[in-house]
Order: sequence, then C-alpha cells, then structure tokens
Amino acid sequence: MATIGGERVEIRSASKHYGSVRALDDVSLDIAPQEFVSLLGPSGSGKTTLLGILGGFIQPSGGSVHLGGRDVTYTPPHKRDIGIVFQNYALFPHMSVGENVAFPLRARRLPKSSYAEKVRGALAMVDLAGYEERGIGQLSGGQRQRVALARAMIFEPRLILMDEPLSALDKQLRENMQIELRQLHKRLGATIIYVTHDQREALTMSDRVAILKDGKLVQIDKPERLHDHPANAFVASFIGEATLLPVERAGQDSVSLAGTVLKSARPIAATGELVLAIQTEKLLIEDGSGSPERNRLEARVTDVVFQGESLRVFLALDDGTPLSLRQPSHYEAAGRIPPVGERLALSLHPQDTIIVPKAGA
Amino acid sequence: MSTSTIDPSLRHQRREQALMTLLAAPAVLVIAALVVIPVGWLAAQSIYDNGFTLEHYRRIFTEEVYWRSFALTFRIALMVTLLTLLLGYPVAYAAAHAKRPWNVLILACVMLPFWTSVLVRAYAWLVLLQRTGVANQLLERFGLITEPLAMVHNELGTVIATVHILLPFMVLPLYSTMQKIPRELMLAGASLGGGPLYSFRRIFLPLSLPGVVAGLTLVFVLTLGFYITPELLGGGRTIMISMVVSRNVELYNQWGAASAVGVVLLICVLAIFAAVGRIIPLDKMLGQK
Repeated sequence: MATIGGERVEIRSASKHYGSVRALDDVSLDIAPQEFVSLLGPSGSGKTTLLGILGGFIQPSGGSVHLGGRDVTYTPPHKRDIGIVFQNYALFPHMSVGENVAFPLRARRLPKSSYAEKVRGALAMVDLAGYEERGIGQLSGGQRQRVALARAMIFEPRLILMDEPLSALDKQLRENMQIELRQLHKRLGATIIYVTHDQREALTMSDRVAILKDGKLVQIDKPERLHDHPANAFVASFIGEATLLPVERAGQDSVSLAGTVLKSARPIAATGELVLAIQTEKLLIEDGSGSPERNRLEARVTDVVFQGESLRVFLALDDGTPLSLRQPSHYEAAGRIPPVGERLALSLHPQDTIIVPKAGA
Repeated sequence: MSTSTIDPSLRHQRREQALMTLLAAPAVLVIAALVVIPVGWLAAQSIYDNGFTLEHYRRIFTEEVYWRSFALTFRIALMVTLLTLLLGYPVAYAAAHAKRPWNVLILACVMLPFWTSVLVRAYAWLVLLQRTGVANQLLERFGLITEPLAMVHNELGTVIATVHILLPFMVLPLYSTMQKIPRELMLAGASLGGGPLYSFRRIFLPLSLPGVVAGLTLVFVLTLGFYITPELLGGGRTIMISMVVSRNVELYNQWGAASAVGVVLLICVLAIFAAVGRIIPLDKMLGQK
C-alpha cells in the first residue's frame, strides 16, 4: 500500500463544557504532518473528549479543529477522512474480515473492481494476508486489533486516531504490538494521535506526548524531555516511577531535603513551593565511583521487593521520609543491597536532581 | 470399573447436571400437567368420535368456511405483524438510544397497556372507533373525511386494536436486540465514511434483524390465536380461526371439530417456529444473547 499522506492537525483553544463541568478546557495542540502524538492522562483528564472532538462525534463548546489547513470543526465524522481504531475495535460482527476492511471503500462508492486488491494490500500490511473470508468471531484479540487497523488505513485517511487500542490485550502481546505500531507508523508516514493512560506505551511509540489533566494540557514534549524536564509535580509523578518530596529552596541551584543540601544542574523556579522528583532508577547506591559533584544522601533500607528484571528497594531517610530506588537484579548489582534495617549511602547526580514547582500536583 | 477411575471433574460435572435437572423438575411437571396433557387430550378428541375418525380434518380441508377463516386469519396476522414492525421499530430504536429517564419512560408507555385487561382495551377501541367516536370526530373536524369511516365491526377495527395490543411483543424483542448493539459500531461506521443512512442500512439494521425476526414471529403467532379482540371489534363478520373453534363448541357442541381446528392451528404455529428456528435459534430469538 502506498504511503498515507499524513496531514497537519491544529487544535485551537478547544473546550467542551457539560453544564459546569469543563471536560476540556482551552486546549491547543499543533501536530506536524506524519507525527505520532500520544494523549496521556488519567481517566477524566479530557483525552477521550479531545479524541471525540477530533473524530467529529463531540461538538466543542469553543475553539476549532483544522486538518491539513482546513477548518473541520463542524464537518460531520463521515466526511472527515479520519481513520479511527476504537478501544474495543468496533469490528462489524456480521461481516467477514474482508467485508470489514472493504467497508470504507464501499461507503465511498469506489469502483468495486478495486476492492479485492486494496483489501489484500491492507491485510498484508498488518500481517493478515489471506484472512479475507474469516469471521470476526474466529480471530484472537491481537488479530482483531490488526483488522481494525487495516480497516482504518485502507482509505488512506488524513489522520489516524487510536483510542487505547491495546488496552484489551495481554502484556506480552501489547508490548509486541507497540513495537509493530511504531514500525508501521514509520512505514506509512501517517499522522497518528494515540490516546492512552499507560505512560510506558506513550513513551515507547510517540514522537511527542501531550499530558492532560482535568481537561487542561499540562505539557507536550518529546518522551525524554517529559521524563527529564517535567513541567510540574503532576507530570513528574505521572511519568516514570518518581518519589515526590517537598523541599526548601537553599540557594540559586540548590535545595534542602530534611537538612541535606542537594545541588541541581537545572534551573529552579524562583518562587512558589518546590518538589524534588527522584526517579527510582536515578537514585544510586554510593560506591565511590560517581562524579565528584554528586549529591549524597543516607537512608535506611525498609524493604526489598524482587520484581524480575529489577529489585525495588524501599528506603527511609532519618526523619522517616520514604524513598525508593531500583537496582538491576543481576548478581553484582543485587549484591550491593544491604539487608533490611541497615543504613545505605546513596548518590544522586545534579543532572538527575529534578526540582519542579508544586503547582499542578 | 470402579468409580475411582472417573475423572473428578467429570464427576463434578455430572453432579451439577443432576442438580440442574432437579431444579428444573417442578417447572417441567407444571408444563406437563397444564400443557402436554390438555393438548394431548385435544389431539385425541379430534380423531376420536365414537371410534377413530378423520372426518373433522376432512371437513377442515374441504369446506370453504374453514378455508376462508384460515385465509382471513393469516391475512390479518400478516397485516398486524407488518404494522407492528413499522410502528414498533422506531419506538424500540428511540428507547434503545434515549438517555436514562427517557428510555424508561418510552418503555413504560409501551408496557402500560400490558397492565390493562385485553377486554377493557378492546372495549376502549370500540368506543374510540365507532361511527360517532373520537377518531371519526377528529378526522371530520380536520376535514379529512366528510362521512364517518367504518372502523369497527370489520377487519380494519380488528387490525387496529390487535396492533395496539400486540405492539409490546414487537417492541420488547427489538429493544432487547438493539440495546446490545455496541454504540461504537455506528461511530466506527461514520468514521469510516458511512453517512448516517448508509451506516444504519449496513450496520444497525442487519444487527437488529434477530430482534425483527423474533418480534415478527411472536406477533404473527399470537395474532393467529387472537380471540377477544376480533370477537368484539370484528362485529361478527370477521371470523378468525379462534372464533371458529369457539363457535364449534358453543353453538354446535362439536368438540371434535373444535379440537381438529385447534390441532391444525397448533401445527401451523409449530411449523412457523421450526422454520424461523432454522434461521435464528429460539433462545437467541427470545433475547438470551
């Protein structure tokens, strides 16, 4: 199948109010052609509302949506040329795989002679060649997912929306599909907007991730930037596996945590309450090998949990403040963890010392 | 073979089956006592009249009175069935799509007549549809007719009242089927380029067909055996099969003839269920997934 002409998507000040509830509150997003953007947020954050507005199922209370430079805010869904993969796939149970995939072609009254070849191409794209005659009931979850994808791509949509399409699959399959979707996106060159509440999924696949909370856009950035430069405590808590600790401002580039002064290589907000976000993988067990400017901490081990590829070590500072770190489970790293109750010297590099404003938490 | 060789899970399964049979037993007994025995007695009577005879059946298949009644009954049943579908489909659609308080209200309106006696409703229609009734007065007031229409004591009256009484039997299976059609399917249809009518025709309508077939069958079969309504609104001129049965008993004291008609009707109904059952399994038709 030919490359899909992914188009630019602009969302300008989109809002949706239900009575006094602001499901979506003045959200603006500019998505580049062929970009893969995830909308990430807890339930009730407005991501599904935003998807509904993009798909044309929900009329915004204010703002506009532009697709390829054209205002489509009031265009009905069937005239938008947006391929949608629904959470439960929404395959038509009374049609075969082939009929499902051909639905967009039929609905557009394209010449019948072109169906067979296009359907074959679309199914081959998702590794389901030869499945035309199968019934939907005969497919596994992963296969249904692929059929839904083939059906959403076959008409070369200007944009593909995906609403938590992998949430019904088991973990192994989900992770495989994430990688496949990522590769498919590169091959197709489609613009994709992907809704999820799974941060790892969003980080794995996306060019950029937009974080929503209470109907507002909190931050949109590349996965690494979100992880290392969270805009506020909410993003820091949502991305990765961070422990958030309130800290006092100790200087221009340092804060004090329960009496210990920590330096940060990042700019620190001049006013407002501050929070230190320690990602579990960035807090290291001190072994004397770190860089000289590293921050040092001491804590007592309260629990060690084996989680397969890694161990999670729960710690408490002298004043009882809980912390945790992750240590790979290989022999040498695991051997550095003292027994529960023992004290442990820790280090945190200033580059990994992330200080964010508390506002928005 | 000792019992120890039996797989424990199999034993458990058997015990469960035995329990289920036990639980179903009272219902089976009631049905046997109230349905199987009377129907058997009925069938026996139709072929036994001071000795074995097929005379009653011969008359049914040769005498014109019977033929006309059967033809009329099937024609009325067909009209009633199509009309209830036409009226019931939009109502069921609305009920399946309306939000919380409204869908309950719509269904309540459909069910309301259910709680009134058929007799009362038949008389009510008699009052509404008579020459000087509300219906004729309204039609005249709006200048749609100049002379009162004959809407009772004929086929039309029977059809109108029967449609009203049997509408719930159409709406309920339709509603139950429509409610199970996932909403996303129509959204998916729209997103894939299908306009509202196209998506309805290609997605919603085919998926609601089991409900349509269930409703059609129920209403058709029920109309075949309808008695009070045609008796009251047919004015003695619209003789449906059930009335032939009652006349045979009441006027001519012909129990054998009445039984034979009943048996033929029963066979017709069973044939219809069997034919429909080939398309859609009965349990599915009665709304069990």
